[in-house]
Amino acid sequence: MFNCALSPDNILYQTPMFREIYNLVGNVLPCWLSYFVAGIVIILVLTNAVLLGAAAFSWMERRLIGKFQNRLGPNRWGPFGLFQPIADLVKLLFKEDLTPGTADRLVFLAVPIAMVAPVMLTLAVVPFAKDTALTNLNVGVLYILAVTSITSIAIFMAGWSSNNRFALFGAARGVAVLISYEVPVVVSLLGVVMVAGSMSLADVVSAQALPFIVVQPLAFIVFVAGTTAELNRTPFDLAEAESELIAGFHTEYSGIKFAMIQAAEFGGVMVASAVITTLFLSGWEGPLAHWLGWLWFLIKAFAVATIFIWVRATFPRLRIDQLLAFAWKFLLPASLINLFATALEVYFLRDAEGVLTRGDLGIMTGINLAITVVCIILFGNLVREKVRPVVANRAPALPRGVTIVEGD
Amino acid sequence: MYGLALAKGLLVTLKNLTKKPFTVQYPEERLPQHPRFRGEEFVWYEERCTGCASCAKYCPLGIIKIVTSPSETAVPEGDKYRLEVFDISINRCMFCGLCVEACPYDALFMGSGFEQGKYSRKDMVITIDDLRQADKHPSTFFRPQLEAQDYDPRAGTPLDWQQVGREGWQWHQREKAGMRISKTPTSDALAADVPEPAPDATGESTGDAD
Repeated sequence: MFNCALSPDNILYQTPMFREIYNLVGNVLPCWLSYFVAGIVIILVLTNAVLLGAAAFSWMERRLIGKFQNRLGPNRWGPFGLFQPIADLVKLLFKEDLTPGTADRLVFLAVPIAMVAPVMLTLAVVPFAKDTALTNLNVGVLYILAVTSITSIAIFMAGWSSNNRFALFGAARGVAVLISYEVPVVVSLLGVVMVAGSMSLADVVSAQALPFIVVQPLAFIVFVAGTTAELNRTPFDLAEAESELIAGFHTEYSGIKFAMIQAAEFGGVMVASAVITTLFLSGWEGPLAHWLGWLWFLIKAFAVATIFIWVRATFPRLRIDQLLAFAWKFLLPASLINLFATALEVYFLRDAEGVLTRGDLGIMTGINLAITVVCIILFGNLVREKVRPVVANRAPALPRGVTIVEGD
Repeated sequence: MYGLALAKGLLVTLKNLTKKPFTVQYPEERLPQHPRFRGEEFVWYEERCTGCASCAKYCPLGIIKIVTSPSETAVPEGDKYRLEVFDISINRCMFCGLCVEACPYDALFMGSGFEQGKYSRKDMVITIDDLRQADKHPSTFFRPQLEAQDYDPRAGTPLDWQQVGREGWQWHQREKAGMRISKTPTSDALAADVPEPAPDATGESTGDAD
């Protein structure tokens, strides 16, 4: 009827999903309207992917942690308690939405938005399947790093605007952690970018003849550890340490705002898993990837999320000095060494067009595995807790007022 | 060391992942309950009770209220009292079982239930009618004769008053011997093994201090 088609010189032509939806809707709607419809459909996909991912992850985390602790986890509503996230959401929606009287209202209100937005924005550049990224940015990795660091501002906004000492403590810790762990994460990603030869996530996926978890094992370890810290998850959840600070930076949040912050945290894990899948686990690649790419992507992403849950179920929380020591004494030197080694390998192994073959990646795998083992032993020794020697033969403390008179 | 401890820790949790969950889904699943459980629903045998109010006197909280009147069934023989009020205010009961231990005639037993949630404090009083009508599933707490019968209150059948006493075997012997056992045990019948309680002068006797 209308037969709208996106012209190739339009910038949105580069976005396959938008182009397809536009061409589809353009058959029945006027062109200006189908432009908006396609945009709104993409926004809906993005939002719902994050929120559904957050819901699925919250259910999965509670069930799995229950199993890890020999419990059952939520199992009352729906098969295997699958509707539990809905119950949680409804409960939080109907709770009173409190704002402390002394809070900075505007900033306080902006925090949930500032928490959720970067999580959703991150997913925009991640390819779910072949040509299915919402947009194929040529600086995708940089974009992810830039967008995810907004979270630190949101955390500090939350702590500051709540006018609550526990929230401020949590925020200060959270910002310290985020800033420390941003550095090794960025440096570890540089190795991946160098091997792939591109910052576009689609190119990173297609460059993975061997998954980069094998080619860049040290970068993977550093990235997963750093991401765990940036997501404020246990071993590194100092920003919201329940047993120390009531809930850390979101102590004062309740009702729908709390729900949004929680959605941002759970969705953040899913998005981080998606990013790790794309960067290290060859994304949507797999058998029958042309048809089942989305399935492979989901399976890999949920497997990575399971690792996050497993880690959370296992390790106790670190002290702040241990946390920062781990970042600066272990992750940063390890990622720097990985960067140098990868740079040298890429420099010597690439051919005239700068392409790395599968054999080149195999050689790099061997070298990098050796470097990983050496690095872990070396820096593991450096970061090891120096246990204070026990003072032997120390006299036991006497009750007050009791003295031992020596001699007679 | 060198991150091996981390892997070890991960393996520990992984091992726990494969174990069967510890949780008991309570209303649907139940753990086996010990027959000596001291629960609510006190089991009281009116036929055995003489109204001596030992239970009320021994109750540390004074929550048992007993009102008796002299019975006219067999006064010369030293009859039991007629029970008019037997209230156990269960909301303060701590299930210590001292009332059961105090009962000289094995007339009071701990129950074996625990699901007696009520919406009002007024409902938390077990009255004499409740005690009469309740199912007789006595706990075997402080009653070795029930344990000797392998009685399980959760699975077993309700017990008659003749089956629960320490002297039960004697009742049966006398019945075999052709003696007529009245519905209410007379002092004559009980005198064989248990001492007669000192006749209480007061008609009303509660364990309450005030």
